[in-house]
Amino acid sequence: MARSVIDVSGLPTYAFGSRVTPWWGTFSFCLLEGTGFALGIGGYLYLAVTNKDWPKDAVPLSLLWSALFTLVLVISALPNFLIKRAATRESLRSVRLLLLIMSAVGLVLIGLRIMEFSALPVRWSDNAYGSFVWLLLGLHGVHVLTDVADTLVLTVLMFTRHGTGKRFSDAEDNAFYWYFVVLSWFPLYAVLYWLPRF
Amino acid sequence: MSPAVEERHETRDTDLGDEELRVRLSKTWGSARGLIGILSTVDHKIIGIRYAVTAFVFLLAGGIMAIIMRLQLARPDSHLVDAELYNQLFTMHGTTMMFLFGVPVGEAFAVYLVPLMVGTRNIAFPRLNAFSYYVYLFGGLMLWGGFALSIRPDVGWFSYVPLANLNFTPGKGPDYWAQMITFTEVAALAVSVEIVVTVLKQRAPGMTLDRIPLFVWTLLVHSFIIIFAMPAIMLASSMLIMERLVGTQFFNPDAGGDPLLWQHLFWFFGHPEVYIIFLPGTAFVSAIVATFSRRPVFGYLPMVLSLIAIGFLSFGLWVHHMFVTGLPEIGAAFFTASSMAIAIPNGVQIFCWIATLWDGKPVLKTPLIFVLGFFFIFVAGGLSGVMLASVPIDTQVHDTYFVVAHFHYVLIGGTVFPLVAAVYYWFPKVTGRLMDERLGKWQFFLAFTGFNITFFPMHLLGLHGMPRRVYTYPAETGWGGLNLLASAGALLFFASFLLMLYNMIASARSGALAGDNPWGADTLEWATSSPPQPQNFDRIPCVTSGSPLWDQGDHKAVVGGLKVDERELVVTSLTEARPDIREESPAPSIWPFLAAFATAAAFIGSIYTPWAVTWGSPVVAILLVAWFWPKTIEENV
Ligand code: HEM
Ligand SMILES: [Cu+2]
Repeated sequence: MARSVIDVSGLPTYAFGSRVTPWWGTFSFCLLEGTGFALGIGGYLYLAVTNKDWPKDAVPLSLLWSALFTLVLVISALPNFLIKRAATRESLRSVRLLLLIMSAVGLVLIGLRIMEFSALPVRWSDNAYGSFVWLLLGLHGVHVLTDVADTLVLTVLMFTRHGTGKRFSDAEDNAFYWYFVVLSWFPLYAVLYWLPRF
Repeated sequence: MSPAVEERHETRDTDLGDEELRVRLSKTWGSARGLIGILSTVDHKIIGIRYAVTAFVFLLAGGIMAIIMRLQLARPDSHLVDAELYNQLFTMHGTTMMFLFGVPVGEAFAVYLVPLMVGTRNIAFPRLNAFSYYVYLFGGLMLWGGFALSIRPDVGWFSYVPLANLNFTPGKGPDYWAQMITFTEVAALAVSVEIVVTVLKQRAPGMTLDRIPLFVWTLLVHSFIIIFAMPAIMLASSMLIMERLVGTQFFNPDAGGDPLLWQHLFWFFGHPEVYIIFLPGTAFVSAIVATFSRRPVFGYLPMVLSLIAIGFLSFGLWVHHMFVTGLPEIGAAFFTASSMAIAIPNGVQIFCWIATLWDGKPVLKTPLIFVLGFFFIFVAGGLSGVMLASVPIDTQVHDTYFVVAHFHYVLIGGTVFPLVAAVYYWFPKVTGRLMDERLGKWQFFLAFTGFNITFFPMHLLGLHGMPRRVYTYPAETGWGGLNLLASAGALLFFASFLLMLYNMIASARSGALAGDNPWGADTLEWATSSPPQPQNFDRIPCVTSGSPLWDQGDHKAVVGGLKVDERELVVTSLTEARPDIREESPAPSIWPFLAAFATAAAFIGSIYTPWAVTWGSPVVAILLVAWFWPKTIEENV
């Protein structure tokens, strides 16, 4: 039987961005988690529209901690962008440094979210509004928590002998997911903190 | 690194002859023996088989519940089971069929077949795949273990609030139900992500978008439906369990909540769920119809477009389950229209299949016979569905046996008949042996008559006003005759599955040897041995047409240059499938099993104390780190 051969021996063993499978995995998880956020917000709005007690239940939340949180989150997009770039260039020194920065930023964000929870004027068991506030903040908090944990592990990893090759691609992937954490916050922020003020 | 080691790592498939290559690759890709080896495997074929066997066991378990219900309903004023047990039975039956059989059985075939059909060596994220199976298994064991210990949900497969609230249903039954949902949805979501990535990035070189088998297209759309639908039920079941365990107020109207919120979230998932269960069936039908007509399915492009249309439309329809809750007029009209609109792409598909059979030279083997049974039953179910999509009719027969008849026609016609066809069709690939044809035809006869005798009379019972979910009825209603008939049919139908089980066991031992391609089919899973080697293909094929096995003649193009002693596979570009990367596929690992175990423990614990989550999460996190941490330096390059 005649057999022709396509030679792939010269292809790379890893790459960046949407060329690799982990990127598509992360992307799919963003889709499904994004759907979860959208449905959560949908449920909140559904109750806000159908329930006549909503306006008086919906005590506006304090703007202090959330504003700090939003600010730090927005600023974090910059080192995150730089990580992506440094990872693609496989520059170990910058990736290490930036991962340290991102870990610190992440820990600060977790601290701010904890302050936020302790200052909330409603409890989850007070009324449906309270339940939704806790649910949505908690859902986003879990995302922050997982990505920060991931960043911490990655930081350690990059300081070991494993900090080469494909791990740069992992660092880039981690940065990609962080954008999702950042972007998914804005609709939540608008709905939870600003909508009840109008 | 010593030069010898260097050398070994560098061996490429082009350096070896066919025999030696096969042996070396199967060592590289194989799974270890022993308990740890069994629990560590990441071979998609082994995990696919586990999914399938587990789903079949749940089918039988759910079937036994159904038989007990039918025995109870066979006569009026019967006292075989009491009202309480009957409620538990239909809840367990519906839940098992939908979540532990219907969804996972589709995943089973996807996990086993999609990597073979696209010509790759393993599914994307194989460890996640192993994890997903264990999570599913633990979820099912939890629900049935609870049942054995008398922790029994009894509030129906959709667990409506307020009935499912703590004050109406104190026990732990609905908590087990809700956690089982979360388990199985985690599994389904994980598999969907794997399938999406496998199809988009791991297709054999040359398998451009328009050369993807229809089977694979169908499961791609199926996976996207899951990705967009399942988060709704995960959110809902988490809200329900929080309502019951920590006192949230989402569904409590006295505290600003709304029970209808549950219904919306549930049916946002629940309607697409019907398509989630049904689409794998259509995938089987597309593959089987093409093979036994000896030609590709007529109208490839309309078929793919209809699939995508079904994907979108399946989300427009959930509200039709809530017509009787009193929606605004215009809303109801909109949802009626979109409920009917989905009949169009479904019709296109049926038309294309029939045209294929018409134009081809159909060979009446058991798989095709079951597909013909599917056409008949599914069209009947579709007709009664279009009737239900009209608000006035729905209002009339809502919650009667008409509805029970309708959804069994759709679910069993759309899923179980194609499934049996698929078992007969792919059994030789999985085991290397053909199933017995004569028994297959007997099975069809039993199944088809049994099915119709069971469920056709239920339409009439519904029109006579028999409500669903009643444990008995008085003799004066005159429903006794039709019910007896239905129960007799159910026994026949159940017997058909026992016959299949016998056929499978007997054929696995001593059926006729199948060879690589017993049906003369055209897709890549038939291009390899039966059963396939751990590496699936000794040399990755290059694809030049939509029916590679029919069109390639004797000129065979393959990929060369992959390493032999590492798990390398080809990652290709999204649309044109040009080879792009030699990516390393993860090796077997015990950590996914342990992580699934810890996750299950935390979930079950959380039913008794919220602290289980607090203590469980760090454990799961540590196990995940162990899972992902590179074990060797070579893994990094
Ligand atoms: C052996 C074949 C089967 C028989 C005899 C059977 C029979 C029944 C019966 C008697 C009921 C209860 C009706 C009532 O009291 O309201 C029922 C409910 C149901 N069945 Fe089946 N069934 C079979 C197979 C299936 C399959 C294969 C599926 C799904 C893939 C399924 C899905 C359901 C669902 C979702 C319910 C509703 C449960 C509820 O009301 O919460 N059944 N079936
Ligand atoms: Cu529906």
